[in-house]
Amino acid sequence: MDYFLELFLGGLTRGSIYALIALGYTMVYGIIELINFAHGEIYMIGAFTALIVISVLTMMGMNTIAILVIAGFIAVIYSCAYGYTVEKIAYKPLRRAPRLSALISAIGMSLFLQNYVLLAQTSDFLPFPNLIPDFTFMEPYAHIISSAEVVILITTTIVMILLTVLIKFTKMGKAMRATSQDKDMARLVGIDVDRVISVTFVLGSATAAIGGVLIASHVGMINFYIGFIAGIKAFVAAVLGGIGSIPGAVLGSFVLGWTESFATGYVSSDYEDVFAFVFLVLILIFRPAGILGRTEKHTV
Amino acid sequence: MKKKIGKNLIIAMSLIFFACCTFGTSFAQDVIKLGVAGAHSGDLASYGLPSVKAAELVVNDINAMGGINGKKVVLLIEDDACKPELGSNVATKLLSAGVDIVMGHICSGATKAALAIYKEENIICMSPSATNPPLTQSGDYPNFYRTIASDDAQARLEVDYALDVLKVKKIAVLHDKGDYGKGLAEFAKQFIENSGGKGQVVLYEGVTPGAVDYSAVVQKIKRSKAEAVIFGGYHPEASKIVMQMRKKRMNTYFISDDGVKDDTFIKVAGKYAEGVYATGPMDTSNNPLAIAATEKHQKTYGADPGAFFLNAYAATQALLNAVDKAGSTEYQAVSNALKTEWVETPLGRIKFDDKGDAIGIGFAMYQVKDGVYVEVSK
Amino acid sequence: MIKFSEIKKSLWVSLWFMFLTFPVMVIRVNTIENVIEWRWENMIFIGVGSFLFSFVWRYLLKQKEYGLKRAEEGGDIRPSLAQRILRDRKIFAPALTVVGIFALLFPYVFSLYQTNIMISALIFVMLGLGLNIVVGLAGLLDLGYVAFYAVGAYAYALLNYHFGLSFWILLPVGGALGMLFGILLGFPVLRLRGDYLAIVTLGFGEIIRLILENWNEFSFGPSGISNIPRPSFFGMSLSVHDSTIFIYYIMIALCIFTIFVVNRLQDSRIGRAWIALREDEVACQAMGIDKAKTKLTAFALGATWAGMGGVMFAAKTTFVNPASFTIWESIIILCIVVLGGMGSVVGVIIGALILILLPEYLRAFSEYRMLMFGILLVVMMVFRPGGIVSDVRRIYKFEGSGGAGKDA
Repeated sequence: MDYFLELFLGGLTRGSIYALIALGYTMVYGIIELINFAHGEIYMIGAFTALIVISVLTMMGMNTIAILVIAGFIAVIYSCAYGYTVEKIAYKPLRRAPRLSALISAIGMSLFLQNYVLLAQTSDFLPFPNLIPDFTFMEPYAHIISSAEVVILITTTIVMILLTVLIKFTKMGKAMRATSQDKDMARLVGIDVDRVISVTFVLGSATAAIGGVLIASHVGMINFYIGFIAGIKAFVAAVLGGIGSIPGAVLGSFVLGWTESFATGYVSSDYEDVFAFVFLVLILIFRPAGILGRTEKHTV
Repeated sequence: MKKKIGKNLIIAMSLIFFACCTFGTSFAQDVIKLGVAGAHSGDLASYGLPSVKAAELVVNDINAMGGINGKKVVLLIEDDACKPELGSNVATKLLSAGVDIVMGHICSGATKAALAIYKEENIICMSPSATNPPLTQSGDYPNFYRTIASDDAQARLEVDYALDVLKVKKIAVLHDKGDYGKGLAEFAKQFIENSGGKGQVVLYEGVTPGAVDYSAVVQKIKRSKAEAVIFGGYHPEASKIVMQMRKKRMNTYFISDDGVKDDTFIKVAGKYAEGVYATGPMDTSNNPLAIAATEKHQKTYGADPGAFFLNAYAATQALLNAVDKAGSTEYQAVSNALKTEWVETPLGRIKFDDKGDAIGIGFAMYQVKDGVYVEVSK
Repeated sequence: MIKFSEIKKSLWVSLWFMFLTFPVMVIRVNTIENVIEWRWENMIFIGVGSFLFSFVWRYLLKQKEYGLKRAEEGGDIRPSLAQRILRDRKIFAPALTVVGIFALLFPYVFSLYQTNIMISALIFVMLGLGLNIVVGLAGLLDLGYVAFYAVGAYAYALLNYHFGLSFWILLPVGGALGMLFGILLGFPVLRLRGDYLAIVTLGFGEIIRLILENWNEFSFGPSGISNIPRPSFFGMSLSVHDSTIFIYYIMIALCIFTIFVVNRLQDSRIGRAWIALREDEVACQAMGIDKAKTKLTAFALGATWAGMGGVMFAAKTTFVNPASFTIWESIIILCIVVLGGMGSVVGVIIGALILILLPEYLRAFSEYRMLMFGILLVVMMVFRPGGIVSDVRRIYKFEGSGGAGKDA
């Protein structure tokens, strides 16, 4: 039973890591139906910016808590700026183009950002300082779940609740929902669609940056390539949950995390990803729009 | 009219471009062309780029002293991203550029693809890092040499150390699913199973490289009650696994290979690296040539050298020494020189056996103590 | 000439980029050594560069919008240069002859290296044309196309290793196996559309790769299979140089065969069903087209070419391991189709040549090449979203009592 619980918690943390990235995917997809391939790179840039800020501040001799707050804040700001710029350069001119063209543009952007960081920084793995201290009250449970994992879980939950509130109850949220249903109608009723899309990218990038900082600090190292793999997994999670739905992305991430964790624990990690993908196919066969996705009626 | 000029210009420019690509590299023949091939981009770039730096340092020294037999050495640096198909493209590119000898290919897969081409053209190829045993042991590639021990030699040492020195019984064997890591793990598993009951493989698994965390695998190691983990692979995965094991308060021995015996590992894993075992080339720390090479790297590039740097340094020296002794770059003469002439390198005094493996490169077990790898006696 | 407001705009852009790139470009940290390097000169480059570049960017965007507007207003869509060349027999026929002669003489004019990378490019032409059936014609987004390529390559490697079968027997076998796997993938995904389909195919590609990586007894795992023979020429084995040339000609022949078949398919009943399916699934079913059958044939026929491409790949490289069949290869093939122009045969050929040869020629820029490749993809898509040769919409007319005729 203990083993089961450990795997369950392990899957849960892995799931919440995916969730922080998947939220951005799903929001962007919900609005403009674009698989934002560069989203994983935004997450990576968030982590890198944080690392750079931390190193500079440490050299200046600040205390740890202040460093954590400032680094997190700057990482979020910069990720938002990158998300905003990427949208303006690579996606906005393609609003009316075929959807596949936008996808290729996103792939190009992803490649560019990866290599930009590779060239401007380094190809090596860099150690990322552990920003989350080991809480003493967690010590009895340390063999099951670490403090960092608890912090990640709580953050994911908070971010998800905030986003849901924002989309359900604010004016901007209303505008976002309207835009995702019908861009032209939204424009007709006086919604600034371009602004709504920009806000969506900025919000998605902010969650990715939070994810980037937390995960990097949990895993302990980063390089320019971390965004790509995490991005693909998060995308799978978002689709699994029903892309476009915020609770769906979180649920899908947890399901994916658990599938991988239990597959590794009870079968073999050799085929960890095979299980994850087979499970995905099975779910999509029975629920073609994901777990929480709406099945749309397709009409001519 | 204006448009037409533009179009003509484009055609003319592309023609010139083509011409440059084709003929640009093949003129003067009074130089020795040393090809340096490996992963210089992509996710494995950090294993390939140090070899380029090693080759540059060696060649700069040699050219400063007047070259070899009065000829300057020129480097032809090509990137194969560790992909077999690019490996064979690079091989033909080097051939078309008139390469004399090749130091490289980093990954075993790309090396095999490239060797198929070098072999027929009688080009000698020496890898600093391709450890797949069949490369030398199958006899398929008489033109292949390497300055690193093959997987089975390292696995042998790791298993013997675990069973005889650490006296553990239950061992978990992990790998990163790559050609290097998995090859090594296969041998480790085989050696433990054939140890006559001294040890037992309680877990044999591949982890997914680049995964965000390895908590499930770590839990599994814990449940298997393994006393030691033997890991085949590179340092990023190793440090993630070690860190998670230690964070979960596990004190299992962690034994790994060359890909982990890298100072980056210690710096990334920090305090969690303490006590980790890794095999690596014998006593390079006291070798004056190794110290000098590392210092030169620090002075020229402002950083510590990366993975396989010393192996690449030794390979370049061995190749150029053989050319020097042979008096030409002719295949047979250089092969003989490689097999008969000893050469002083940062890895020790080496020459090569008939299969192409280096003689004189011993492997030793190291342990992290107070943030540095220290050789531990058997 | 240049208005003040324009300069102001560019100034803002350049300030924004200087801010944006500040941490990554100016500061280089090395937490291993604990050193921080400040590179202020980079900031100046970025500032000046983005200032100038923003003018070009805006000018090009304006040009593109102007073109779009004219197309909307006038209704007269002026076919692009490429389309005009393709349509006009007077230009097309001589151009084809020149290209043909160039292709035939290629290995004798250029070096071994050039021939070798040209073979790679031709393999990707074939893959691109195959994927074009699935994505371009039938409109099914497939991100796991590389799986069939792997099936072909391993079919040759393994069947040759175990049974010593020759290249010429295994070339069609590879194609047939590819087709089989295409149908195998096709069945479970019949109900899915759009991006759900994309992600399942992506999963399929990864599953195949992971099986090849993990199942050592079957596929020799990550260390791969080496010493795969090159194709023999009437029983004679050739030297590297000769066999490279020989493979080149086989590839040319195969490409011509592919082009011929794909062209015929496009105009066939099944081809038109694919296009109908792409345009509107519901309407297509209402017209009495069997959706399941149409989708399956698209997957199967697309995968056949990948299977044969895989056999050629194994024969050319003489070595296969799973590292050649990652998701990255799938993405490249998809880029070929979209960049070249979806649905257009000539477009796909040009796309493959550009995307495969360009990274090779960009070797001169060594570490910057992937960066430039990324920029190229974005710029191409922003300014030519339809691809290099955008497909002309086919129009089918009913001509009197003579039956259905075609007027392209």
